[in-house]
Amino acid sequence: MTIRILAIDDSRTIREMLRYSLCQEGFEVTVAEDGVAGLEQVSKIKPDVVITDINMPRLDGFGVIDGIRQGTDHPSVPILVLTTESGAELKDRARRSGATGWIVKPFDDGKLISAIRRIASVSPQ
Amino acid sequence: MSSLDELRWTFFLECAELLEALDDGFDQLSEADPGDPLDLEEVNAVFRSVHSIKGGAASFGLEELVRFAHEFETVLDAMRAGRLTPDRDDWRVLRQSGDVLAELVAAARDGVGHDAARQAEIGRALGAMIGAHSEATPALEDATDAPIFAPTPIGLDGAEAGEAIFAPLALDLDDAPMPSETDISDPETPGLRLFEIRFAPQPSLFENGHDPVHLFRELSDMGRFEVTVDHSALPDAPQPMRCYLNWRIALETRCDEEDIREIFEFVDPLADIAISRVNAPGTDAAGPGATSTREEPGTPDPLDALLVDPSAIPAAPSTPAAKASPGPAQKQASRPTHAAGSPAPQEPKASQKTPSVQARKSTVRVDLGLVDDLINIVGELVINQSFLSQSIIDAGLSGRTQVSAGLDEFKNLARQIQEGVMSIRAQSVKPLFQRMARIVREASAVAGKPVRFETSGETTEVDTTVIERLIDPLTHILRNAVDHGLESAEARSAAGKPSEGAVRLSADHRSGRVLIEISDDGGGINRPKVLAIAKEKGLVAPDATPPDEEIDRLLFKPGFSTADVVTDLSGRGVGMDVVRSAIQKLGGRISIASEPGRGTTISISLPLTLAVLEGMVVKVVGQTMVVPINAIIETLRPGPEDIEPLTEGAEVIRVRDQLVPIVDLGLVFGYPRTRKPAEERVLLLVETEQGRRWALSVDEIRDQRQVVIKSLEENYGRVPGVAAATILGDGRIALIIDPEEAIRTATGLDLIANYPNSAATKKPEAQHVDA
Repeated sequence: MTIRILAIDDSRTIREMLRYSLCQEGFEVTVAEDGVAGLEQVSKIKPDVVITDINMPRLDGFGVIDGIRQGTDHPSVPILVLTTESGAELKDRARRSGATGWIVKPFDDGKLISAIRRIASVSPQ
Repeated sequence: MSSLDELRWTFFLECAELLEALDDGFDQLSEADPGDPLDLEEVNAVFRSVHSIKGGAASFGLEELVRFAHEFETVLDAMRAGRLTPDRDDWRVLRQSGDVLAELVAAARDGVGHDAARQAEIGRALGAMIGAHSEATPALEDATDAPIFAPTPIGLDGAEAGEAIFAPLALDLDDAPMPSETDISDPETPGLRLFEIRFAPQPSLFENGHDPVHLFRELSDMGRFEVTVDHSALPDAPQPMRCYLNWRIALETRCDEEDIREIFEFVDPLADIAISRVNAPGTDAAGPGATSTREEPGTPDPLDALLVDPSAIPAAPSTPAAKASPGPAQKQASRPTHAAGSPAPQEPKASQKTPSVQARKSTVRVDLGLVDDLINIVGELVINQSFLSQSIIDAGLSGRTQVSAGLDEFKNLARQIQEGVMSIRAQSVKPLFQRMARIVREASAVAGKPVRFETSGETTEVDTTVIERLIDPLTHILRNAVDHGLESAEARSAAGKPSEGAVRLSADHRSGRVLIEISDDGGGINRPKVLAIAKEKGLVAPDATPPDEEIDRLLFKPGFSTADVVTDLSGRGVGMDVVRSAIQKLGGRISIASEPGRGTTISISLPLTLAVLEGMVVKVVGQTMVVPINAIIETLRPGPEDIEPLTEGAEVIRVRDQLVPIVDLGLVFGYPRTRKPAEERVLLLVETEQGRRWALSVDEIRDQRQVVIKSLEENYGRVPGVAAATILGDGRIALIIDPEEAIRTATGLDLIANYPNSAATKKPEAQHVDA
């Protein structure tokens, strides 16, 4: 089955890059431009993996993680945080909110893809 | 999306929007009352703009841009954390930082250099802001210790979780033999260490998308690996989403404990993890358990050592990079990030409550050529509709017939489509104005004159191409305004003006055209000086005493410059004549008004689009022609006494106090001279680039309307005096006249009186600038 990915990032460039890299891998990619739109998509498409930025308007990445873990009907989806931030404090916060992984931008295609495959491959669907 | 090029394109497009948002944010913030606390939402929006540019830039390896964006962002972060409240000087630096950022973006985009000295200077000023205002050190901390790639723990999806619990834990070991005591303690492989890892997750492990299988895959990538599972806690009726198992893992690896811990990093809050070195001969380790940090006393000892079947599950398709030497490999991969490592926001709450401060524009990229094609087709549609109307009338079906009503609706729709398509090409002048704001700030800095720059009408929409072609003229005019228009601060003070000069840029729609005005509150045009220079350069006869209006027009003469000194800003030989011809090429007109001691205003009037032209439809010797309205100053219906014949059939007309040569348009295009009586002719008064006036003689004026411009050059060839063609409502082709060229042609053919404009009318307010 195709792995469905939801990428949430307020930067169009990053969204397009993710779409480009991940589609080439045969993943099905949906994008959202902020946390609020992201949460809507989570409920709608039930992705296999969520990739989210931290700094975003309307609802930031922490809000996305909290929202997914506590507020949606798809609470245990793996969530990868993809951000330029790398401070231990933020990372810790993400972890405690329930992030599944943390990847620092600029991301390496190969690593991101293998990370996705790792966390998504469990679901034979 | 496809290629990397397109991604770059997207990036720079987005940068333009982000820079615009940045400027907006600064406008908002700096306009606020200095006493009020900063609008955190706005600060956040500004921060995000710079942050996004940094993020994208890092992806493309644009190191200079990343570096500067990071310095910038650090200051903005201090602002949003409340550690910095910018004062007036700080705002100036922030503005300039925005300019430098824009310059770096442009440099990266165009692959050109940038002003590194300025960047460094502004960078230092940014650094000083934090140094000066914050107790805390700027949070550049994570530039080196960035935990780059947290090898990722795993998620289970719903029902499969139960299955996974019961599935044998099968791990790929790269066909390596199972580790044994002898292997592990082999003294010939120094650097190999043996770790024991106890992993006791909480039942809720799966809730965060983790799965032990994938952690184990990561570990198995690091070296030889053996795992035993404790399922003693497994109840009779396990719930699928709960985890009841514990594991004990033996790992032989060259990696250190940190690397292992990193794999468990995100599982940490949901599990007890104990990592300990097993004392083995030949290793340099301390005693057993020496490095363990989380020994969990309650963890039951493993029951069964389940041997793993290496063939049961395929290898995780992971990259082996982490296995070999995770440290260096990761650090290299993330090198750009180091520079970009950004400070942790001190008030993350603030970023959550940012509502729609920065509602992103959603845009579609379209080839302009396609839009132009569409405009052409719509043009045809409109023509076609005129045809139909005519046919219906001819068929006697006009009036209250169904056909007629349907046609009205058709007309209406066609008009809407036309307007819609035109508006696709339209774009607000805001980015242009923001760019000009930068120009003014730069000019202000170089000239050493404090300037207050005001804009209005930023939302006015103009054709994309028009906007592009306005950049150079406006840049020139604004530099002029700062450099020549405004007096020095001392002179201003002496004249009782505020020392800060004002430059205004405004845009507005006025009767189907766009009016752009640039004004300053400087000293106005120094007419005696302009005249002196003109005489010196031979542009004016030594004894001439031209009226003010004409003196002002001298500024548009090629090569004219009043600058005493050629400055960095202007006066490099590019004069107002270039500006004027650029504007005229856009179908625009430019005029200048000045009042000594009060300032100068330059007005530019432009068509909304280049695809359509407002034209006057005229008849010349039975032919229909279109004269661009923007070229026509006024139309005259002369009486016999107004026209004075000169030699060779050439004529002039007295327009108020001025004698204006008459150009017979029919003659220009090779028709025989038809000497109609004056009262049967119509004269179109036009002004050429040199500021001279001429009267184009036509037979009659038919109409004034918008016409779709069709290139004649592309479809036929170049004809002197003809700018383009159009198709009229009746389907006939009409030529659009280029008056300037038509007059030149006529002059060349010696068809008209070679008679200079001399005695001119007095227009009290018209005046000037310099170039």
